[in-house]
Amino acid sequence: MWGAVLLASAGCYALKLAGMSVPQRVLADARVRRIGALLPVALLSALVATQTFASGHDLTVDARAAGLGVAAAAVAVRAPFLAVVAAAATTTALVRAVS
Amino acid sequence: MVPDVPEQRDIWPAVRAAVVRDAAGIGVATGAYALSFGAIAQTAGFSVAQTCVLSLAMFTGASQFALVGVVGTGGAASAGVATAVLLGTRNALYGVRLSPLLRARGLRRLSAAHLVIDESTAMATAREDPRAGRLGFWATGLAVFICWNIGTVVGAAGASALADPRSLGLDAAAPAAFLALVAPRLMHRETALVAAVAAAAALASVPFVAAGVPVLIAALVAVAAGLRPPVRSR
Repeated sequence: MWGAVLLASAGCYALKLAGMSVPQRVLADARVRRIGALLPVALLSALVATQTFASGHDLTVDARAAGLGVAAAAVAVRAPFLAVVAAAATTTALVRAVS
Repeated sequence: MVPDVPEQRDIWPAVRAAVVRDAAGIGVATGAYALSFGAIAQTAGFSVAQTCVLSLAMFTGASQFALVGVVGTGGAASAGVATAVLLGTRNALYGVRLSPLLRARGLRRLSAAHLVIDESTAMATAREDPRAGRLGFWATGLAVFICWNIGTVVGAAGASALADPRSLGLDAAAPAAFLALVAPRLMHRETALVAAVAAAAALASVPFVAAGVPVLIAALVAVAAGLRPPVRSR
């Protein structure tokens, strides 16, 4: 695990430093800008989906889905980050406790 | 080029105070969010020391959540690293925008680069006066760095004291965190569509590929969408 921690940290820092060091015209390419904007959207949505509905190689709907539903409602009413996360965890724990 | 009029000099102390106050507020808010990172990393099987090194050395929230999230759900460490680094590419784009504003060289550039994150970039580019922008960058970056690392230690130590984090529903905390991170980016129809297709592609590939890889397949959706000409001009 230490290897992953250090490698990913080095990779992320290298990207930050590279951005500060490359010439401005890199950003002039519209495709670079678009991919840069869309990449976090695609990765984060995929993480939401897989961490809620995947269990090993199976797709399941379990207590985590209830937690995500409540999190979505909390996001919709612009609740602060910690409230969104806490609401999801509490809901999931409650659903598990009663089922 | 800001004209050096007396009025401008008079308002600087007020501007400076406002920037520092905003930076402190953002720092405290992200510190609270670091509590959940610390707790989630514990649930995923990372030690307190590894969790703290991630916050000190990686210092970019979404990538940190992604690494522990992928590994915690059984994904290979390499898939976790790849996802974390791909999420970190946006910091490179931020850096391109920030470097003419900060004009940092040498050691100063090395430390400025470490503080290039969503919050510091937003604060640096939110103000027209370059001096206020630079202050916004450094004040926000440092405030978030301090609070983020304190929050991580507290969250990690707190969760490691729990017998079974799953009974508290902490495995649902990670997807909720990702949802809160992506939600502000879904305002445009095109990004919402990319999000939906990416999520569907990831889920569809779950039965067929190793854990962690579905998220990398979703990255291809973003690349494909970005290479296509825009659907409409605005």
